[in-house]
Amino acid sequence: MATTATVHAHAAPQGFIRKYIFSLDHKVIGIQYYFLALVAVFVGMFLSLLMRIHLIWPTAVLPLVGEIKPETYLSLLTMHGTIMVFFVLTTAPQSGFGNYFLPIQIGAPDMAFPVLNMLSFWITFLAFVAMIAAFFVSGGAPLHGWTGYAPLSALPSAGPGEQLGADLWVISIAIFCVASLMGALNFITTLLDLRAKGMTLFRLPLTCWAWFVTAILGLLAFGVLLSAGILLLLDRNLGTSFYVPLVVVNGQVMGHKGGSPLLWQHLFWFFGHPEVYIAILPGMGVASQVLSTFARKPIFGYKAMVYAIMAIGLLGFMVWGHHMFMSGMSPYSAFAFSIMTMAIGVPSAIKTFNWLGTLHKARIRFHSPMLFAIGFVSLFVSGGLSGPFLAQPVLDIPLHDTYFVVGHFHLIMGVAAIFGIFAATYYWFPKMFGRMMNESLGRIHFWITLIGTYAIFMPMHYLGMAGHPRRYSQLTELAYLHDLIPVQQFMTYAAFITIGIQFVFVFNLFWSMFKGPKASDNPWEATTLEWTTATPPPHDNFGGHTPVVNHGPYEYSVPGAPRDYVMQTDPVTAAAH
Amino acid sequence: MGLALLVVIWLITFFSTYFFAAKTWWLPHGASTSAPWIDHQFGLTYIAMGVVFVAAQGALGLFAWQYRDRGSASKVEYSHGNTKMEVLWTALTAILFIGLNLMGSKVWADERFEPAKADAVPVEVTGMQFAWYFRYPGPDGKFGGTNPKLVDPSAGNEAAIGLDTSDPAAKDDVVAGTMYLPVNREVNLTLRAQDVIHSFFVPSMRFKQDAVPGLAIHMHFTPIETGDYEIACAELCGLGHYKMHGMLKVVSQDDFDKWLASREAEKQ
Repeated sequence: MATTATVHAHAAPQGFIRKYIFSLDHKVIGIQYYFLALVAVFVGMFLSLLMRIHLIWPTAVLPLVGEIKPETYLSLLTMHGTIMVFFVLTTAPQSGFGNYFLPIQIGAPDMAFPVLNMLSFWITFLAFVAMIAAFFVSGGAPLHGWTGYAPLSALPSAGPGEQLGADLWVISIAIFCVASLMGALNFITTLLDLRAKGMTLFRLPLTCWAWFVTAILGLLAFGVLLSAGILLLLDRNLGTSFYVPLVVVNGQVMGHKGGSPLLWQHLFWFFGHPEVYIAILPGMGVASQVLSTFARKPIFGYKAMVYAIMAIGLLGFMVWGHHMFMSGMSPYSAFAFSIMTMAIGVPSAIKTFNWLGTLHKARIRFHSPMLFAIGFVSLFVSGGLSGPFLAQPVLDIPLHDTYFVVGHFHLIMGVAAIFGIFAATYYWFPKMFGRMMNESLGRIHFWITLIGTYAIFMPMHYLGMAGHPRRYSQLTELAYLHDLIPVQQFMTYAAFITIGIQFVFVFNLFWSMFKGPKASDNPWEATTLEWTTATPPPHDNFGGHTPVVNHGPYEYSVPGAPRDYVMQTDPVTAAAH
Repeated sequence: MGLALLVVIWLITFFSTYFFAAKTWWLPHGASTSAPWIDHQFGLTYIAMGVVFVAAQGALGLFAWQYRDRGSASKVEYSHGNTKMEVLWTALTAILFIGLNLMGSKVWADERFEPAKADAVPVEVTGMQFAWYFRYPGPDGKFGGTNPKLVDPSAGNEAAIGLDTSDPAAKDDVVAGTMYLPVNREVNLTLRAQDVIHSFFVPSMRFKQDAVPGLAIHMHFTPIETGDYEIACAELCGLGHYKMHGMLKVVSQDDFDKWLASREAEKQ
């Protein structure tokens, strides 16, 4: 527990550059991460739209892009996946909102290591620049998918985009790993050392628990990916053979021998599966926070929620092999990975149960953040329940590498996580920018996005059951795909509408930033520490004093209390627990 | 707003479930011995998950409407949870998930733990950018050697896999671009890949297995209906991934013998 929290490490900067560009303030850095993710999500979304257009109008010549060739399509999907996973789903919920609100929610003046924090943002930015540069080098962006399976990713002659573009892809990810490791260290230290007086671990908001466990996952996972990426670079450029055995590409014997393609898969998924939870855990935290606030009811089973987050974090490292049931890995180990994967469904189910329990006998206020939190629960259920199909090795025989998988992970770690980001945006925007977002636009955004995402991703399950392989740029070659083209068309139309409505969100975001009605310090009548301070918070978060915490994070509708919420800093009275 | 949520969530649930339940799109027709087992396990999982799906979405929609803020008419139950319910729910989920898993395990074990029977038809499958080749060992029952230096993809068949014709065991090996199998006999597969990872996917046989460079992966299945079945590649392998397909022709034992004999004759 910190005793030095009253001493703020650095004074408020005066110049523009130190204030807004190379800032040490966690709030500014959080917003920088958020805007980086916003740019990235529009790039990623644009790429997905091009893919969807190409799938149903394969010969269309598009403005700016021209004709989409099979290799272009694969570059689009590679970059879409990579950008979305790293620069959106890892960046916005954890580095963005986590950076801004973790210190405030625990009552700290800043992150533990402000300079490290600034560095991790700018290194992430550098990684993004390197990733985008892959589009513009000769040969273009790589086509090996976001999973980068070797030997395809290790052999420059294996396809267009596998030359400099693939090098940039690996380098960008390696840089990103370095930044994420720094961020993870910072989060962990901050949470452990800088909590305000009275902020015991079991008084932490569930968002903080989620950010904390996510940081631990990041610390353990990104190091492995970094090493794997360096080995891949060596294979690609220095002729080593970590991942490549003796292979013949188009009649040419390559110089490698003895490497193991499965090694890359093990290393990649040892990172890749925890990464799924890195993307979704902060969303779970936000959903819990928002549901409790707008249900005006304590979160159902707070401790169960904490233990569930921990269990998900722990088990998340023991399930990576479920991506590899068809890989040639021992069929016996599939047993173990499969049982572990089913086991991780249990804490996920506990969380769902507790969210429903929170809504039961509540008094629900339907503001935009709440709508997205409810949408999150719905999508989490829908995306989660296809998990027990894919967790069974025997069902991976028909389903692995089909659209069923694409539908599954888009619903849960894609859209559900994005709904978490939306809920967080609508919820915390007033605190961050001092103004309210437009409620009507928020509602329009919610309804069309909810229906639209279901319309895009639910049909993918049907395609997958019918045996539609993923990552096919044209649907003309396999005869049994012809009957499925109308489903693809439907999904593309749904994508047009859903993507279109996101511009309403962006308009609302920027318009409200300047023109929205002024926000009070606690517009949602919420209980956690960020709502006890000024809007927007001063440079040291609490204006020279340190909060003292007397209550748990979700004390709503406490019997006998003067109003329907007890803030964490409220004095102890007989009525409150 | 609560009512709108109820209606929309329930409608989404209804339409999602309808297309599953009506089997508008479903697993392709199964034509191997393992298809009924796999499909049964799929059906079981589908029913279990379907029930949970409808129950959870149903409750979510219902609660959103039932517990909307109705001013002073709303009474909030101040509660931090219910440990008994929590334990019950956890136990039920664990039993359901682990139980499903164990039920599926037997099918998996039958598929993957046992080697092929002694009388199975040996076939070696080689994946390369962007074609499948199928090799039959010929009358001697032995696959001859291959040599990476001899690989010539443009020449196709024997040359494409680099068959070393100086090896006596290789002389009677037949390599084809279409897979022929006799019906009701197990096939003993050896899966190889020349350049990058491919995945040998025959939806109607409920068969999928990656072919990995550097590995010879042994698998087996038994077709039980004659007919033509499409083979796809299910692992991203490069720009021609979408067109890396082949055809499996399941024929009678007689027709299979005739086909193989005619291919042997062509080689002489």
